[in-house]
Amino acid sequence: MAKVKGAIKVDDEKCKGCSLCVVACPQKVISLAKEVNGKGYNYAYMANPDECTGCTNCAMVCPDSVITVYRLKSQVEA
Amino acid sequence: MAEINEIIKPENLVYAKSKVLTDNVMSYCPGCTHGVVHKLIAEVIEEMDIQEKTIGVCPVGCSVLAYNFLDIDWQQAAHGRAPAVATAVARLKPEKIVFAYQGDGDLASIGTAEIIHACNRGENMVVIFINNGIYGMTGGQMAPTTLEGMPTSTSPYGRDIKMTGHPLRITELIAQLPGTNFVTRQAAHTPASVRKCKKAIRKAFDNVAAKKGTSFIEVVSTCSSGWKLSPVKSNEWMVEHMFPFYKLGDLKDE
Repeated sequence: MAKVKGAIKVDDEKCKGCSLCVVACPQKVISLAKEVNGKGYNYAYMANPDECTGCTNCAMVCPDSVITVYRLKSQVEA
Repeated sequence: MAEINEIIKPENLVYAKSKVLTDNVMSYCPGCTHGVVHKLIAEVIEEMDIQEKTIGVCPVGCSVLAYNFLDIDWQQAAHGRAPAVATAVARLKPEKIVFAYQGDGDLASIGTAEIIHACNRGENMVVIFINNGIYGMTGGQMAPTTLEGMPTSTSPYGRDIKMTGHPLRITELIAQLPGTNFVTRQAAHTPASVRKCKKAIRKAFDNVAAKKGTSFIEVVSTCSSGWKLSPVKSNEWMVEHMFPFYKLGDLKDE
């Protein structure tokens, strides 16, 4: 079975680093960055992008709505 | 990294911020449940395509600036008086979808009279009640909904029910009133509970569109700043301490 591939895009400057998405991710894709944004928050990023399935759980729980989720449509490999 | 850029394309988009939310950065603390509930309201308004005819009434409290975050019409009410103002809006503009948005210090304390009577009259509106058991905006003072033994800045040794009374389960009170149509208690701390909460909000807005009376949604919430815990620890504390007293589920659905 082909694995579903997804990716998230985090609005770094608006992320407040609450880490609710980190615990909501069933694939443990997200971590907080060591770097900080303009407000001094450690923003969320995809630490383990290969595992992302684009399930949207992180975006559902994000209080600041900074996560956008993309998912590849299932493809048949030739 | 090249592969990620292959996935991040407009045709693969599955979830983006609702268009009803503005681009302003939310003024809430990291991990605040207000942000999640704002997002759910925005998504429901977008799904129902009622952005042009929704009027919100915002309270006094952390969510006083809600009008900056949702791109709909708003009215600001005095402390606790959101249901009274929403009554006026709903009666004068019956074609509009009206909702009041309140916290527990606003709804369960200074605004107890307004909410009880508005629900008893069965005004055609949605009431969204954010209950985190504390006055978050003013510095974490004890609220009527504070649990027994819960430390706050005005009850540093925990709430003493002999001196300050029992925590108030306002949603149970509201459910007894004949004017209400749909009374439920939800949470928004996990993806599953967020989805359930959104369904409840959608149902409440549908009820108002069908002129069925008052729909009341309590969302058991966290206040990581007031509780002096991290957002993740706050959610764990809420599950452990708030849920046994404030039990989730529908109390009334007619």
